[in-house]
Amino acid sequence: MIAELGQYILILALLVALVQCVLPMVGSLTKQHAWQYLARPTAWLQCALIVTAFGCLLTGFLTDDFSIAYVAEHSNHLLPKPYKVAAVWGGHEGSLMLWVLMLSIWTSLVAYFSKSLPIGVISRVLSVMGFISVGFILFILFTSNPFLRELPVPPEGRDLNPLLQDPGLVIHPPMLYMGYVGMSVCFAFAIAALITGRLDSAWSRWSRPWTVIAWSFLTLGIGLGSWWAYYELGWGGWWFWDPVENASLMPWLVSTALIHSLMVTEKRGGFKAWTVLLAIAAFSLSLLGTFLVRSGVLTSVHAFASDPTRGIFVLCFLAIVVGASLTLFAWRAPTVTLGGTMGLLSRETFLLLNSVLLSVATAAVLLGTLYPLVIDALNLGKLSVGPPYFNVVFAPLMIPVLFLLIPGTVAKWRSANLQDMVMHLRWTALVSVVLGALLPLFIGEWSFGVFLGWTLGLWVGLGTLQHMFERILKPGRIGGSFWGMHCAHLGLAIVVMGVTGVKSFEVERDVKMAIGDEVTIKPYVFRLNEINEVKGPNYTASQAQIEVFNSGESTEILRPEKRHYLSSAMPMTEAAISSNLWRDLYVSLGDPLPGSDQQWSMRIYYKPFVPWLWVGVLVMVLGGLLAALDRRYRRGSSQTPLQTAGQALTTVSQAQDLGHSQNNQLVGENQNHRPTGGNSDILHGTHS
Amino acid sequence: MKKFLIPLALFVVLVLFLAAGLKRDPHEIPSPLINRAAPEFSLQTLSGKSTFSPSDYKGRVWLLNVWATWCVSCREEHPVLVAFAKQIAVPIVGLSYKEIQPQDDPEKKLSPDAQLSLARSRGAVWLERHGNPYSLSVMDLDGRVGIDYGVYGVPETYIIDKEGVIRYKQIGPVTPQLLTNTLLPIIRGLENS
Repeated sequence: MIAELGQYILILALLVALVQCVLPMVGSLTKQHAWQYLARPTAWLQCALIVTAFGCLLTGFLTDDFSIAYVAEHSNHLLPKPYKVAAVWGGHEGSLMLWVLMLSIWTSLVAYFSKSLPIGVISRVLSVMGFISVGFILFILFTSNPFLRELPVPPEGRDLNPLLQDPGLVIHPPMLYMGYVGMSVCFAFAIAALITGRLDSAWSRWSRPWTVIAWSFLTLGIGLGSWWAYYELGWGGWWFWDPVENASLMPWLVSTALIHSLMVTEKRGGFKAWTVLLAIAAFSLSLLGTFLVRSGVLTSVHAFASDPTRGIFVLCFLAIVVGASLTLFAWRAPTVTLGGTMGLLSRETFLLLNSVLLSVATAAVLLGTLYPLVIDALNLGKLSVGPPYFNVVFAPLMIPVLFLLIPGTVAKWRSANLQDMVMHLRWTALVSVVLGALLPLFIGEWSFGVFLGWTLGLWVGLGTLQHMFERILKPGRIGGSFWGMHCAHLGLAIVVMGVTGVKSFEVERDVKMAIGDEVTIKPYVFRLNEINEVKGPNYTASQAQIEVFNSGESTEILRPEKRHYLSSAMPMTEAAISSNLWRDLYVSLGDPLPGSDQQWSMRIYYKPFVPWLWVGVLVMVLGGLLAALDRRYRRGSSQTPLQTAGQALTTVSQAQDLGHSQNNQLVGENQNHRPTGGNSDILHGTHS
Repeated sequence: MKKFLIPLALFVVLVLFLAAGLKRDPHEIPSPLINRAAPEFSLQTLSGKSTFSPSDYKGRVWLLNVWATWCVSCREEHPVLVAFAKQIAVPIVGLSYKEIQPQDDPEKKLSPDAQLSLARSRGAVWLERHGNPYSLSVMDLDGRVGIDYGVYGVPETYIIDKEGVIRYKQIGPVTPQLLTNTLLPIIRGLENS
């Protein structure tokens, strides 16, 4: 029953989504208020229906209902309960359900937190999101239905892929999807604004917190995926430039550019066309990622079983959504007014440069990802593009991005003085270069790569700290977006230092070991004490005991495992990792080597600075959340006289594009007196 | 106006490539040896009584099938080949590939001669039990011929034409469908030319 119920409810949700898509849009174009006011209730109703449908599928998993084909393929009686929940999104069909669930949650959140927005705007935004929902529900119902029955009922399920039976994989997909799907919000705002041709600073202010939250989720999702690959795959790698990783990196790069470009559009009314293009691109790349993963056009470790009908469906949907958006863009963008004037050297210039560089980096990643496909389509042969291409192309593009980041935070809006900036930052620059040159000498071999990476990391980190202290010493309330921005930049600095450190100083030993053998990576000695058989809930494992000695003293015992899941022929590697702030000791157990004296292949890695990657990512995510929670964005949701005034102003500025850009200029001028820039709290009251 | 059309134009190109990509299988890797002369070799036959070279079959269309007794998929493929051999006059040459695996001789005590005789007896017993589709089978114990032919998995099957040129390579087991839909038409075409 539960499966049929789920499918029925999903069909209902489709109908509601259709209403949510069509009526509010028609209403907003023909000024029929009643139809516009349908947007919110339909969004909530759709969300409730999708949650229920998702709950039906979840119930199927929790009750081991193997008559549902999808459950039988991805679960098993013995599967621990948390993994039964995670198994819902362990396959193609269920992960699409998760996608749609996330989308409906985002939609209803937008509906809830947009009370201060004009009804015309919100009805168009929710309509666009409804359209995306229609597309994805149709995709599920026609090509990937998770509620199909399988008769006769198999007595036991095939079990969740052991690789996915891991806490990291329980939360990685939901976080990543929150990020992907969250890009649909700024996309919907962009489309809504393009439809009316009103790309104003109100539009960018509404988009910003949503974009920043989606970006935070995306950052967390990518970080979790990387962390999972690192400890679960047993190779000690954390980024492989796999097509699917690239598919998540591209929206991340573009949305990073978008956040910064939105700031210029909000504060200065500039780069409107560029910003709106980035907003379209961020979501388009999320959709492209979906296509690449689901269609099997590229070989990837992540790819789901390829199915041409699914590929065709997503491609058609992609063509409609992105094609229509870009057509709308080509039609509307020429009418967009230019923002306030900007000097050749100004904060706007730095932000524009960085967002262009990030976009170029995205294009480079896109090219590398699709190159095999293009070459194959042109009948020029088969090839694959590996890490060497990406490292060579990507890293040099990040050098100017990191360098320009600090001047970008320090420079004044409209026009900055180069001499002032040089004077202001010279000590930070000097300290960064000196430390970047000296620190490697204490840790290992000096190389230009580590010097460059650390100098840039220190430059970003120290420059950010300098700016934070200077601001703290000044009077006045400091807004959440100030803390958020600097926090995110600090996180980036930590990641850059970490990546450079691990790439430059890691030591990898692939060895064969018998009981009692020792491997030395100064100052650590690893001794294989014994190998035992252990039993888990749904697997048996060979577990090695490796004693670690630091400068002759026994410090700990690492227990890497080779697991054999009962339901799968494929053995799984569980690496053992010992972490502290400065390094990971990474041990993974390979296969027993044929021979009389029981030798095992073993990977023993010394990975300095790896924890910095995870800490840096978390600090970035924290920064994103702080920025999104800035009080400035919540104005209007709780009404006070001042806020109502601000809101009235918003409506006015919406009505008159010209008058509004003057307002912006005013904000810009106010800002010039404060080095902290627009990231602190400009009250709307200032110009009323 | 025109510059704002650039994103749309780029996107259209992208979609065309993606659509073209949908029709292709990224896992399918063509052999560079297709339409090249089959690499020459001279190997002892399974019985050890004679040697065989591809040039011996010049003027005939023939198949080269890579097999081993330890190969699981070969067991699946074998009956198909046995039935095929009865049905058609094209000779199938077996290439017994790396019959002796490291785990067969963990302490590396076997002399090359002992390895060869072990491989021979195992191969002969296996063909006795499962049927022999081969007009003859040769021994590639060290896998060097396999390297020349770009073998990266067992089983593999090559179609070689009258001029000694490789015309087709099948990676993985030959199935009845593949045989009737792909291999047979190619063989017929080559025989008639």
